[in-house]
Amino acid sequence: MKMTGAQAVVKALELEGVDLLFGYPGGAVTHIYDALYRSNIHHVLVRNEQGAAHAANGYARATGKVGVCIATSGPGATNMITGIATAYMDSIPIVAITGQVPLSMIGRDVFQEADITGATEPFTKHSYLVKDVKDIPRIFKEAFYLASTGRPGPVLIDIPKDVAMDTLFFEYPSQINLRGYKPTYEGHPGQIKRMSKAIIDSRRPVICVGGGAVSSNATDEIIELAEAIKAPVASTLMGIGAFPGDHSLSLGFLGQHGVYAANKAVAEADLLILLGARMGDRATGEARKFAPEAKVIHLDIDPAEIGKNIEIDIPIVGDIKTSLRQLLKKNISRHDWGWISKVSRWKERVEGVGKCTQGLNPMDIIRKLSDMVPEDTILVTDVGQHQMWAGRYYKTKKPRSFLSSGGLGTMGYGLPAALGAKLGCRDKEVILIIGDGGLQMSLGELATIVQENAKVKIMILNNGYLGMVRELQQQLHEERYYQTRMKGNPDFVKLGSAYGIKSFRVERQEKIISGIRQLLEWQGPIIGEFIIDPSANVIPVSRGEDDETNIRDIS
Amino acid sequence: MMKQILGILVENHPGVLSKVSGLFSRRGFNIYSLAVGITEDPSISRITIVVEGDEYIVEQVTKQLNKLVDVIKVANIGEDSVTRELALIKVMASPKTRHEVIEITNIFRAQVVDIAKDYLIVEITGDSEKISALVDMLKDYGIKEMVRTGAIAIDRGGKMIKYEDTERGGFQNGDNVL
Repeated sequence: MKMTGAQAVVKALELEGVDLLFGYPGGAVTHIYDALYRSNIHHVLVRNEQGAAHAANGYARATGKVGVCIATSGPGATNMITGIATAYMDSIPIVAITGQVPLSMIGRDVFQEADITGATEPFTKHSYLVKDVKDIPRIFKEAFYLASTGRPGPVLIDIPKDVAMDTLFFEYPSQINLRGYKPTYEGHPGQIKRMSKAIIDSRRPVICVGGGAVSSNATDEIIELAEAIKAPVASTLMGIGAFPGDHSLSLGFLGQHGVYAANKAVAEADLLILLGARMGDRATGEARKFAPEAKVIHLDIDPAEIGKNIEIDIPIVGDIKTSLRQLLKKNISRHDWGWISKVSRWKERVEGVGKCTQGLNPMDIIRKLSDMVPEDTILVTDVGQHQMWAGRYYKTKKPRSFLSSGGLGTMGYGLPAALGAKLGCRDKEVILIIGDGGLQMSLGELATIVQENAKVKIMILNNGYLGMVRELQQQLHEERYYQTRMKGNPDFVKLGSAYGIKSFRVERQEKIISGIRQLLEWQGPIIGEFIIDPSANVIPVSRGEDDETNIRDIS
Repeated sequence: MMKQILGILVENHPGVLSKVSGLFSRRGFNIYSLAVGITEDPSISRITIVVEGDEYIVEQVTKQLNKLVDVIKVANIGEDSVTRELALIKVMASPKTRHEVIEITNIFRAQVVDIAKDYLIVEITGDSEKISALVDMLKDYGIKEMVRTGAIAIDRGGKMIKYEDTERGGFQNGDNVL
């Protein structure tokens, strides 16, 4: 069929099953927008292009499908960079489409020109600058394939305006031939065998799940493994939800800001099984001292992650679900040796946030929220103290239900990501926990939430500070709280009302439960502002020098 | 610091070289030399990179290169190989010293490719050490200008870096077995 490049873009999106995309129009993409106007794809107009990428991210994580975002050339594209980098660090499949100035003008610094493929090179899985309209079908086919297979990630397609206006005979390829891209899905049988032997020989095994366990949809296999080998399961921030947080073998959130039981169990383990966890610095503390007694098995689809951050004894390249299925065919049951009961005792130690006299206790709020939400609730966080508290005190029961910017730590992620998650899963409760700082980074997207009637439940934990930095200033800079007090904060209840969003404030301890109930019961977008004690910290003060879990150092 | 030669097959597209070289700078790897050219298959280019670093660095470089979609294959080129660089050296040579310069050139089996009243241009191919040795010898006469290529290298005998349609990615299971 003969059509324009712009029509080919929309046709390709339709053939990839895209029914929703997030974007912001501009001069270089008007032809694509005109083609979208004639299609059934729902376009969500965000208020800043960064929000489009974060929303696509939230959509992708909640649904498991590829998220799509679109922006114009120049500032539209550069605004999107933070969102693309966020998706890259967390291995989230998104396809970002940007307009570009006409091919003949490229390189002349014309109006709204930016080298976006160049600028995003370090944090895209792959990128394309379309130079020939005939390449559009192939490039879109490849882009969706690349974004969603192997280790997922963002793919960028930059389309010059004249290419979008040019015509082609549209034929969508059925096959993909990428010589340089052949992900390994099956684990090497010899390595799987070594893994099973190491498991049988172990006395104190611990499993650690990461974001790869979520994207591989391996929850059932991980539960089966943990129960078969009687191993407790810790989780990195990105892995939260890959193993049910309410399972008796769940240890919770591992790392510098993680919980005692998870860190203690890893420190004592003689076998550590890493499943799609890249063991970043926040998860390990000082890598040298991490899991000092353990033999380490690392199963990951990305060979470059194996051995990058910590030393590995048994590397296995493969998809987690596929490889665990291979493993589970073997006899791997082992005697418990009292390990589980020992671990259970560590789980009883709960480190709080300190005494809260000047406001509500955030741990209290999050634990109550955790107890009250429906099981399949999707919790979205922004970045900062509230994110770590959510990681520590909220029990995520299902995979793809804890969305947070783990790798890049992007403030401003939460609100648009919650929007994307809600539009992808309208039937699920989507709750956003966010700080007063982070909310103001993407504030404009409140309008998008209203525009789409996205029933996102927004819980603001307001301490009037950039709390995470304030905590660092307390610990490292003798309490010189400089540039962390958020002077000039708006009245968030009035602000919400100005957007037409039902909003309320909770200041008293005894109103926490009714506040949460109001959030859950309201049939529409709603803001609940909880005034918390600014002195509440993430790193428990009780964590002393004698703590052997290697989680003291923060930076 | 150990030097390792990598032979990298890449898609012959514009922009691929910047993806490869960009990866080195952003991951903090050092390129000692780089050379690129087309192969027997016109759709494939071959980049030869000499990378400096310990075993961990070389392994990381290889794995990260393999992740680039445009990179088809990465292979280490070991001792049992032929390595060549090319240099063009403009050396001062008056009628009085010209004879000595030519003599040195001949000993190195290099060639004089241009001659002017006070200058000679010497062309030499060889491994890095041989070229450096000639440079040392010519220094005393006055090297006015020099240009050197990066190393290119090829395995001896039947060993080849080739793309085969049937093979799975660049990483073989067990490569990383300790």
